[in-house]
Amino acid sequence: MAAVIERRVSGRVGLWVLIVLFGLFCAFPFLFATITMFKQNTDVYTRPNGNQLIFTKAPTLSNLTLLFHHTQYGTFVVNNVVIGVCVVAITLALSLPAAYSLARAAGWWAEKVGIGVFVVYLVPPTLLFLPLSQLVTRFGLQDSIWSLVVVYPSFTVPLSTWLLMGFFKSIPREIEEQAQVDGYSRLGAVVRAVLPLALPGIFTVVVFTFTLTMQDFIYALSFVSSSSNMTVSVGVPTNLIRGDVFYWQALMASAIVVAVPVALLYNLFLDKFIQGFTMGAVKG
Amino acid sequence: MAVVETRDLRKHFGDTHAVDGIDLATAEGEYLVLLGPSGCGKTTLLRVIAGLEQPTEGDVLIGGRVVTGLPPRARKIAMVFQSYALYPHKTVYKNIVFPLGAQGVPRGEWDAKVNWAADVLGIRPLLQRKPRQLSGGERQRVALARALVRDPHVFLLDEPLSNLDAKLRAAAREDLKEFQQRVGITTIYVTHDQIEAMGLGDRIAVLNAGQVQQVGTPQDIYDRPQNTFVATFVGSPPMNLLDRDGTLVGFRPEAFLPGALVGDAPGRLTLDFHVVRAEYLGSDRYVYGTVPAIDPESRVIAKLPSTVTTPIDGDTVVPFAIAGANLHFFDATTGERTAAERVP
Amino acid sequence: MSVLDEVAARPTEERRRRRYLFDRERVLGPALLLPAVLYLVAVVGYPLVLAILYAFSDVTTGSQTLHLVGWSTFRSAIDDPVFGTALRNSFLFTAISQACVVVLSTVLAFVLTQDFRGKWFFRFLVLLPWTTPVALSAVIWLWMLDSIFSPFNWLLVKLHVLSPGGHVVWLGGEHLAISSVIALQTWRILPLATVIVMAGLSSIPQDIRDATEVDGARFWRRTFQIDLPLLAPVILVAVLFGIVFTFADMAVIFILTGGAPGNGTQVLASWAFYKGINGGNLAVGAADAVFMFPVLLALAAIVLRFARRSEVG
Repeated sequence: MAAVIERRVSGRVGLWVLIVLFGLFCAFPFLFATITMFKQNTDVYTRPNGNQLIFTKAPTLSNLTLLFHHTQYGTFVVNNVVIGVCVVAITLALSLPAAYSLARAAGWWAEKVGIGVFVVYLVPPTLLFLPLSQLVTRFGLQDSIWSLVVVYPSFTVPLSTWLLMGFFKSIPREIEEQAQVDGYSRLGAVVRAVLPLALPGIFTVVVFTFTLTMQDFIYALSFVSSSSNMTVSVGVPTNLIRGDVFYWQALMASAIVVAVPVALLYNLFLDKFIQGFTMGAVKG
Repeated sequence: MAVVETRDLRKHFGDTHAVDGIDLATAEGEYLVLLGPSGCGKTTLLRVIAGLEQPTEGDVLIGGRVVTGLPPRARKIAMVFQSYALYPHKTVYKNIVFPLGAQGVPRGEWDAKVNWAADVLGIRPLLQRKPRQLSGGERQRVALARALVRDPHVFLLDEPLSNLDAKLRAAAREDLKEFQQRVGITTIYVTHDQIEAMGLGDRIAVLNAGQVQQVGTPQDIYDRPQNTFVATFVGSPPMNLLDRDGTLVGFRPEAFLPGALVGDAPGRLTLDFHVVRAEYLGSDRYVYGTVPAIDPESRVIAKLPSTVTTPIDGDTVVPFAIAGANLHFFDATTGERTAAERVP
Repeated sequence: MSVLDEVAARPTEERRRRRYLFDRERVLGPALLLPAVLYLVAVVGYPLVLAILYAFSDVTTGSQTLHLVGWSTFRSAIDDPVFGTALRNSFLFTAISQACVVVLSTVLAFVLTQDFRGKWFFRFLVLLPWTTPVALSAVIWLWMLDSIFSPFNWLLVKLHVLSPGGHVVWLGGEHLAISSVIALQTWRILPLATVIVMAGLSSIPQDIRDATEVDGARFWRRTFQIDLPLLAPVILVAVLFGIVFTFADMAVIFILTGGAPGNGTQVLASWAFYKGINGGNLAVGAADAVFMFPVLLALAAIVLRFARRSEVG
């Protein structure tokens, strides 16, 4: 009995050791960044070998003010929001029908095309950015956020199609058929009976698509040059790092302001994401 | 005019012939049951009639017009699925109204129609509830109300009782029959449960392997099965079939009784029943044994009602008898019904 | 039906067919799929073909037309002294970081299947490295590894490993810079791999877990002999994603080291950027990028073969 308890306790202790280690490993950089972003200049720069993890002067919000009022960070964020919304709309328009088709209306070729969609994901932006940058210029979209709006769905559509496929498969086929028998066309049945049930899934896809648009670096770097058209990912490392004088606190703030809400959102929707992801692999 | 008709209907899925040449016609207002084991094609047949699947060959006619190739919404049918398929996010009212919106019925008429259908099914008080708040029986009634409101030529029902508790099933069966008789709409009903079929159907079509084995009233099916499949599928325990030189001699367990109880019926046959054991089941007694006079190999079951108190022990030989009219003969190779013969 | 009846019925047949065209699955299925497929062909397929064409041409950002020049562009790309380093680094960084990710993510996934207080918050912390845009994480690491102000320097001095006033230039020396890059890649892919493994863990049927419980298997045996073999396909998927995202990434290099010291930390993807965009030599840039292609093709083949072999569900 004692041996069992001892084993259980040591198992528990082992678990907590792992929790602390992994927690530190993953979050330490963000902890450090958060502390830095509230520090006064003298707290940071005058103590080269001091402990940067403690406040020796009072914390301040001045770096955030600097970030939002004296840099173009605010513009970057607005650009990201506009791009995000547009890309979400385009992605849904393309992948909702595609996902329904693959989940329900495709025959033997559904599986192959489904895998094909997956494989598209394996073609990286770093392979396509050069020809795409030329195409963007040819269509007159260079140096504008619209070049990104047009190109970003190339990596949001495969993932969102896969996820939506999973969510559609989890809705009983009979609901759809009942709606057809009740008098709607195939499409009408989907819109009226299936989509309302797929809304939680669609919402999850919206969240993931939106945050995915913030991840890109290379396309934004290649297509956009004026700072007023930049996204956060490109604007922060290029614009805010002026020469060799780095405004570190503001830089850290710029990263944390984006990182925390996004991670919170993911955490909220993670279970739904996993559900859709694994359902996508199940036979419809 | 037959309300629903199929002409040489076939549905192939690759190499599988789910529906293999079916000709069927329903009479107006009749309750036709499609009965068969799982995989016999009855549900596929129903779905082809509904328009959810397109046939590989053959035609479906509804209300006299050829509807092959038309989608469900163009066929004036109503269907109830096994799971009832109630829209979970809509109230009962909205569920019932749904088909009206699809047909373009003017909004002003919606209330009247929904209330009428709800009254027929006795679910008026439930109109504002959601499906998850309803019991199994209530959900069935909502599904029927939704079907009724379409004013269809035919109701198509796919095993709607199999999701109910066994106890509720008998009551639900009664409700269904009464409902159908009241509204008088032709109904095609799919089930694998022969008791349901016998209880509900005006006529039963027994299906196996995609083909119709026999169509007839419950009495026809039970008393004059056309082949061994029908003979053994309907009736519990199944009909005894004894092999005698290429002919199968068949008789139902309840027709095989201790000699003293079978009166002077024409063609009465006395046979020695070599009893192996008897099983007491409350309202019935099943007696297992063999009848070597006809066929020493096959096992025979006799079904005695509990009111018959003749003591029967295992490992004894008891003289049983059977009336000539209760004997059936089938060809051992084809399974088809053949002419009566002399026995033994 | 008589001949006249048939003839009379035919036009309505046609009209019927057209009116209900989109109810037919054979029409609807492809029709719904078409927009997405067309888009992907245009924005992924076509540029892919172009990239390969560029690599066989001498095109620059100033070019008006495309001349094919056979293998000479590839030859000049390979002859560049940085190329060898970039090629080596692409494989090196990916292999080491993903090997670490495989092990760490499996352990972390098991941790996350346990119940403990603050689990939601812990999960939030674990997600941060992946959900934060790469560029911003790199900026944070840039500060964290600053040669003067890094907290690691402070820690090393405190532990008397470094003399007071000593600095480690984390992004300076070639070996240190490479290690830093590998660390960042491991760190940011870990959450993604963990989530994938978690998804796999949740799909191990409960009755298999119950059976091993009844069999009295202790934790380690149960893990190594039952869970891991069942998880192997999922771990493979996680590894594949991790490899693609690391192998073809250029943001980490660009921001963290800029390729320094002296192009020692370049990878194919970042080198392609320097050559193609900064240098304007699209052909050589494309050739550099295209070298990634065989690896990605091989990965795609593995994914396909593997997806066909193990049907989930």
